[in-house]
Amino acid sequence: MTLRPDLAAIAAHVAPGSRVLDIGCGDGALMAELESASGCDARGMELDGALVERCVSRGLSVVQGDANLDLANYPDKAFDYAILSQTLQTATRPDLMLDELLRVGRRAFVSFPNFAHWRTRAALLLGGRMPVTRALPVSWYETENIHHVTVEDFRDLAKMKGAKVERAWFFSNEKQIGAPAANWRAEFAVFELSR
Amino acid sequence: MAPAGSSPVYRIPHPLPLDSGQVLENADIAYETYGTLAPDASNAVLVCHALTGDQYLASPHPITGKPGWWERMVGPGNPIDTGRHFVICANVIGSCMGSSGPASLAPDGEPYAMRFPVITIRDMVRGLVALLDGLGIARLHAVVGGSMGGMQALSLAANWPERAARVLVIASTARHSAQNIAFHEVGRQAIMADPAWAEGDYYAAAAKPDNGLAVARMAAHITYLSEAGLTEKFGRRLQDREAKGFNFDAEFQVESYLRYQGSGFTRRFDANSYLYITRAMDYYDIAEEHGGKLANAFRGTQARFCIVSFDTDWLYPTAESRHVVHALNAAGAKVSFVELSAPHGHDSFLLEHDQLDRVVKGFVE
Repeated sequence: MTLRPDLAAIAAHVAPGSRVLDIGCGDGALMAELESASGCDARGMELDGALVERCVSRGLSVVQGDANLDLANYPDKAFDYAILSQTLQTATRPDLMLDELLRVGRRAFVSFPNFAHWRTRAALLLGGRMPVTRALPVSWYETENIHHVTVEDFRDLAKMKGAKVERAWFFSNEKQIGAPAANWRAEFAVFELSR
Repeated sequence: MAPAGSSPVYRIPHPLPLDSGQVLENADIAYETYGTLAPDASNAVLVCHALTGDQYLASPHPITGKPGWWERMVGPGNPIDTGRHFVICANVIGSCMGSSGPASLAPDGEPYAMRFPVITIRDMVRGLVALLDGLGIARLHAVVGGSMGGMQALSLAANWPERAARVLVIASTARHSAQNIAFHEVGRQAIMADPAWAEGDYYAAAAKPDNGLAVARMAAHITYLSEAGLTEKFGRRLQDREAKGFNFDAEFQVESYLRYQGSGFTRRFDANSYLYITRAMDYYDIAEEHGGKLANAFRGTQARFCIVSFDTDWLYPTAESRHVVHALNAAGAKVSFVELSAPHGHDSFLLEHDQLDRVVKGFVE
């Protein structure tokens, strides 16, 4: 099974044997990879009950819950890594969620679609309408993405929160690209943070 | 009450200490098993039954002749696969299907009746643990329970953490709420208001407090269903008549159904057992046993947990399951939790549900 590129980047950089919390774990693809390939102790949180049922049916430890509320129940530094993949932009308060990530995990991985990608900019600048692109395929009125964010916005937020960017990866067209001009060129970004 | 000799009975070879401070001597545990115990005893699954359940988990009930209460879940090739697992189900202490309870004979040769000590959920689990000792099972592959069975599973995990590797709790809670206690009190008062109850001393009498027990069952049965489920099943339809009769017969289908549930129940259940078991459930509060903090009950546990709730269950609503999950998270336990959608309220755990089957299979396997 091939992982989505942002998940593959995360999987490749989680230290073997770590305790991991995957927030918004979906069908558990990353968790399964971390458990089988890296011997990690992976836990998940997912809002969608049908996806949770699939995870539990395959033997993964996943809690149906709302990351906006339920992260509060985990003790400080309960995990080596807290992972938030393509969920930050759906959070009620992304800034508070970032705090929670860095509280429950010693390190955090955060991936998100970059709203400053040139296609998004072009769609807004030239089309004058909210962009519907490969990376953001859902119309403004039904998207779950209520807090669009760019690579530079995220760097600012991390800095404001006193978080150190350990590493970052950028993707376009399902492939990793270099860091230069990532805020123009990247459809998706993954950051590894510590505090 | 149970036909003698229908299930194997384990006599606990030591006095059983109870939460009340009393001791139960010569306690019996009637149980059924399914499948084969592995030579290293590593494949045992204990299924705990609910308030009015019994050990006839996957085999016909000796009184009603009905199939086992969870036959669709437990059996060869079923989610709890008796081809792989050795499945045990035991009648809880206080009940009336062969385990020691108020209908059992006290040392003086008369039924205990209300002289039977008041028991708790943890006392029931003490009995189950004694049975596991007798069967040579040091550590269960899994303990599984719905409703009061889930309470026993959680109590086992909290008080005997080394005894189960997996803990599956369905449609249950870590404590009985005021509303839960209130409904139980209605049932108990119905029994005790029946003249035939006679302070619990009715075993030799011609009449038993069947009317009171039936009303208790009727009230409780409503809490096991959902409003939408009742509406779908019965609506306002009349029973065996075209028009209202302006009397107090069972005019509505729902009345007829409840009366049938109530009277059927009295054939297989002892009224005093109903008092004792509902009391045990009302006393149940795992946090209280552990310094008032639920997370403390599970501190250091190595077991994996799976908690399942149903969205229409208003007896033990999802919020109660979440409360357990949050405590398990705080304790660092490995836990899964899912709220399943089902129209039938609390009883959904006993009914056809593909998602539940997959969750149970995935977790217990």
